[in-house]
Amino acid sequence: MEINAQGIYYKDLNDMIKKAIRNGEENFILRNVNGQRYIADGISKKISMEVYGVPGQDLGAFMKGPRVVVHGNAQDGVGNTMDVGKIVIEGMAGDVVGYGMRGGRIHIKGDVGYRVGIHMKAYQDKIPVIVIGGKAGDFLGEYMAGGVIILLGMFSQDAAKPIAGIFMGTGMHGGVIYVRGEVDPHQLGFGLIPKELDGEDQKNLKMYLKEYCEDLDIDLRKVLSVPFKKVVPFSRRPYGNMYAY
Amino acid sequence: MLHQPITKNYHDFIIERDPEKCIQCQVCVRQCSYGAHIYNEKDERVTEDETRCVGCHRCEALCPTGALTIRRNPSEFRENALWAPQFIKNIYKQADTGGILLTGMGNPYPYPVYWDRMVLDASQVTNPSIDPLREPMELRTWLGSKPDAIEVEMKKGKPKLTTNFSPQLQVNYPILFSAMSYGSINLNVHVGLARAAEELGILYNTGEGGLHQSLYKYGKNTIVQCASGRFGVDSKYLNAGVAIEIKIGQGAKPGIGGHLPGEKIGKEISITRMIPEGSDAISPAPHHDIYSIEDLRQLIYALKEATDYEKPVFVKIAAVHNSAAIASGIARAGADVIAIDGFRGGTGAAPTMIRDNVGIPIELALASVDERLRQEGIRNRVSLLAAGGIRCSADVVKAIALGADAVYIGTAALIAVGCTVCQRCYTGKCPWGIATNDPYLAKRINPDIAHRRLANLVRAWGHEIQEMLGGMGLNAIESLRGNREKLRGVGLNEVELNILGIKHAGA
Repeated sequence: MEINAQGIYYKDLNDMIKKAIRNGEENFILRNVNGQRYIADGISKKISMEVYGVPGQDLGAFMKGPRVVVHGNAQDGVGNTMDVGKIVIEGMAGDVVGYGMRGGRIHIKGDVGYRVGIHMKAYQDKIPVIVIGGKAGDFLGEYMAGGVIILLGMFSQDAAKPIAGIFMGTGMHGGVIYVRGEVDPHQLGFGLIPKELDGEDQKNLKMYLKEYCEDLDIDLRKVLSVPFKKVVPFSRRPYGNMYAY
Repeated sequence: MLHQPITKNYHDFIIERDPEKCIQCQVCVRQCSYGAHIYNEKDERVTEDETRCVGCHRCEALCPTGALTIRRNPSEFRENALWAPQFIKNIYKQADTGGILLTGMGNPYPYPVYWDRMVLDASQVTNPSIDPLREPMELRTWLGSKPDAIEVEMKKGKPKLTTNFSPQLQVNYPILFSAMSYGSINLNVHVGLARAAEELGILYNTGEGGLHQSLYKYGKNTIVQCASGRFGVDSKYLNAGVAIEIKIGQGAKPGIGGHLPGEKIGKEISITRMIPEGSDAISPAPHHDIYSIEDLRQLIYALKEATDYEKPVFVKIAAVHNSAAIASGIARAGADVIAIDGFRGGTGAAPTMIRDNVGIPIELALASVDERLRQEGIRNRVSLLAAGGIRCSADVVKAIALGADAVYIGTAALIAVGCTVCQRCYTGKCPWGIATNDPYLAKRINPDIAHRRLANLVRAWGHEIQEMLGGMGLNAIESLRGNREKLRGVGLNEVELNILGIKHAGA
C-alpha cells in the first residue's frame, strides 16, 4: 500500500495505516512524510514500511515487530521503548533514540543527538542493538542495563567533532558499548574505562555489523579495518554501596 | 575500647517477655525476620536482641500466650530541643556506613495536618439533611477529560448528543488503590488489591514493576503505570488495563528515582519487569525522554497512539511548590487525569532526607491546583486525584470538597492487610509479609483475606461518606467536588485559609 502523506495530520495518517493493517496489509510505502509523529507506534505485527521524507517524533515507539526503513533523516525518540523489529535510517536521527529499548535493531547511517540508548535493557532472547554510523552526543548509553550500542563515527557531518560527547555510559549496569577507534576516558561516565575486545566480542561485533552493512550497503571490511574499544559496566551494582541499611 | 559499635546500646524498642506467660514455643523466633528473638538451645529458652527490633509488633500479635509487649525504649539522651534522638542515631549510622539513610512509608514528622484543621458542614433545620438509609446516595464518579461544552442535535424530534467524549472510567467509589509495584510489595498483596478493585468496581494501579501474567484478567480494574525505567512496558501491557499512568513523581520522594536492588529481582519479578534475574532495576530520576511539558505531551500521545485513544492517560506528580503551574501544563499537554501525591505519601524505599524534607502537603497542593485550573477555565479537561496521607473517609470527603475527583490510597490499603507502619519496607524483610518477596514471609498474606479486608475497608468508608454527604444535604459525590463552602478552617491563619480557599469556622 502506498500513501502520499503530504498534508495529512499525523493521527489520520496513523489511523489509515492501522486500519490497513487490520485489513491484512503488510507492506507500506509512505511518501512525502514531513514530521508526522508516532509512525508505527505500538504496532505489534510484522509489517514492512518504507518511509520517504522525514518522520516525526517517536517513530516506532512501543513497536513490536515491524521493519521500518527511512530514506532520509528521523527526528527525536526513534524506537522509544521498542520491543521487537527493526528501524533502518539512511540519514541522521535526533535525540533519545531507543530509550528503554528492550529488543530489536536500530541501524542509523549518520549522526545521532543526545541521550541515545538510555536505559536499554536485554531480556531473555531479546538483545536490543543500536548501530550508529556517525557520531553521538552526550549521555550515550546512560543507565544502560543490557543490549549493545555500536558507534562507528564514520559517516558524520562534522569531521571536527569527537566521536561521542561526554558522560557516555554513566550509571551503566549491563550491556556493552563498542566504539570504533579510540574513545577518550574523559568522555566516559564515572568509573568507566575503555577496554580491549575479547574473542566473544569480536564475534558478536562482526555479526551485528554484517547485518548493519547489508542494510545500509556499506563495506564491512572497511568498517572492521580499524580496531574497536568497548565500554562495559565497572559493576553490576554501580550504586549498590550508596546506602546505609 | 568498646567491643561493639557505639550504636549498639541505643536501641529504639524494648521487648518485654513475661516469664510467667512465655511457654518457649518460639513462635516469636519464627515470626521475626529481623532476628530479634533468639532461641538459646543450651538453656532451652527464648531470649531477645533488642537492637534488632524494628517495632513492627508482629511477635506481639502472634504470641499465643500474650507474653510479649513491645515498648518504646524510654532511655533517652539528655533533653535537647535541637539534637533530637533521631539526629544523633542517624549520625551514628552514617558514621558507621558512609551511606545515604533509607526509610519507608510516608513523612512521619509533625508538620501541620490540614485535614485535622478543617471541619465539615452539616444541615440543620433550614436545609434538611438527607437520610442515607432511605434515599439513594451516589458515590459513583467518572474519571477522564470532559468537553468544554456539549452539543446536542435534534433528530426526529429527539435530542441526540453529538459531542465526542474522551474515554471515561466509571468508579463506584471515589477511592482507588495507589501505585505500588510488584517488587516493592508481593504478588499476594497485588492479587488482593486486584480482586478487591474488581469486587468494588474501582481501580488498582500496577506501579512501575509491570503486570504479572496472572493479573491480566483483572484488566478492567487496572491502571498500568509507565515510569522512567519502563519496566515491563510493552504494547500488550499498555493495552492490558483501562488506563495508563505516566509516573513523573512520587510524594515520598519528589524529584528522585527508584532503585530495586538486584537481589530482590527473583524469577517472577524478572519475568514481570522483563529484565534479567539479579539485575538492578534503576528508575532514573526524570524520564530522560521528558525534559519539558512538550516532551510530556509527546509521551502522552505516544501512549494514546499505541492504545488507539481508548485509554485515559494519567500523569502522576509529587506535590511541590509550583504544582499549580505544572498541573496547568499537564492538562494542556493532553493528560486526562492528574494525580497529585502529597509529601506524606508512602514509599517502599526513599532516602530519609528526601522523604522528610521535600514536597508539600496534599491539602495545599490540591486546593491550589483546583483553583488554578478553574481560573484558567480548563478544570473540566482533567480529573484530579489526590494522594498522600488519606487516612479515613473524612479525609476523602475533605479532599473532594477541596477539588479532587477521587483519591488514591496506598498506606491505608496496606494497613488494612496488616501493616503497622514500622517504616522498614526497604529492607525487604517485612514480617507482615507485605513489603517483601521472600516466599517464606510473603505467604503470610493470604490473597483471599487481603481481598476481603480491602473490600471491607472501602465499603466501610463508602458508608461513612454517604452519611457525611447526607448530613450536608447532598446526595451525590459530584455535588461535593470543589464545594469549599462545605469546609471551614479551625486554627488556620489567613494565608492558609486563602490557599485552601475556605473560610474560618464561625465565618
